Amino acid sequence: MNHSVYVYILVMAGVTYLIRMLPLVLFKKEITSPFVKSFLFYVPYACLAAMTFPAILTAPSSGMIAGAAGLGAALIAAYREKSLLTVALCACVAVFVAEQILGFLG
Amino acid sequence: MEQNTNKQQFMQGLRDGVPVSLGYFAVSFTFGMMAVAGGMSVWQATLLSLTNITSAGQFAGLEIIIACGSLWEMALTQLVINLRYSLMSFSVSQKLQKNIPSGHRFLVAFGMTDEIFGLSISRSGKLNPWYHYGAMCAAIPGWTLGTFVGAMAGNIMPGFLSSALSVAIYGMFLALIIPPAKKHRPVRAVVAGAMAISAVFAVVPVLNRISSGFVIIFTTLIVAGAAAYFCPIGDGEEETHES
Repeated sequence: MNHSVYVYILVMAGVTYLIRMLPLVLFKKEITSPFVKSFLFYVPYACLAAMTFPAILTAPSSGMIAGAAGLGAALIAAYREKSLLTVALCACVAVFVAEQILGFLG
Repeated sequence: MEQNTNKQQFMQGLRDGVPVSLGYFAVSFTFGMMAVAGGMSVWQATLLSLTNITSAGQFAGLEIIIACGSLWEMALTQLVINLRYSLMSFSVSQKLQKNIPSGHRFLVAFGMTDEIFGLSISRSGKLNPWYHYGAMCAAIPGWTLGTFVGAMAGNIMPGFLSSALSVAIYGMFLALIIPPAKKHRPVRAVVAGAMAISAVFAVVPVLNRISSGFVIIFTTLIVAGAAAYFCPIGDGEEETHES
């Protein structure tokens, strides 16, 4: 796959840049469609949620129990509105602790 | 006078960008590790981060590269996942100083990430592009270096550590979506609905063979579309999205 990785990178970078650039360069007027505005407002939440769950459960190499621990810790920290870094670290620490306990029991 | 103002704006952006840079470093460190684990070289991973500067899009893109997905799938996935940037660019387009040469718009666009957008759109009055550049000059090296260091460390990272760090990105995503979901009922419904639909795709026998890129596209279109149809936002609510 090595030779085509650069093609993937080019496609990714090109599409992402066009998305960022076209509205800035072409549209200097305000968007008025309530549906389009609302759709774009909800997109990041839908997208990030779909990417997070259930993928977080299967991310740790030891399996779903450690993943569930990470999910629980991240949910609690995020609910308390901790910073991005803190929430990410809480999830990591929870997975680490869960894997140590599982290793001890197993 | 003008020059001095631009310089001050740039320095202010640089200062404000430092915490963003630190946060980026941690997340993109994980990306570097995962990219190398997936078979990319250190330089490919670093180049990918430098040219894309987007967490969600890069992680989804990495999965497609590892799975040897089609370029169409890649383009579509990036389009849907990164579509939010076009809204941000729309907003910044309104906020930019009117008299600046349009060349600035091409450069401002390159640094349109969630966090830099959050900083720039929160400025009072019109946006001087040099503030945006200052934030970019702090944040983009953090993002790129994080990937580089993570990719270098990936080869020597002990298993327990990479397993623990594998959830960092999801933790960050939750930190982005849970606080707004707490405050806004439609956002809460969107988060729960999207998680439920993607879980269905993960466990139902035939559906779980569909690649994750398309699952994300499909889920996002359905859930965000339904939410926009049933719960259109008022003008004031956009603020919560922008932070």
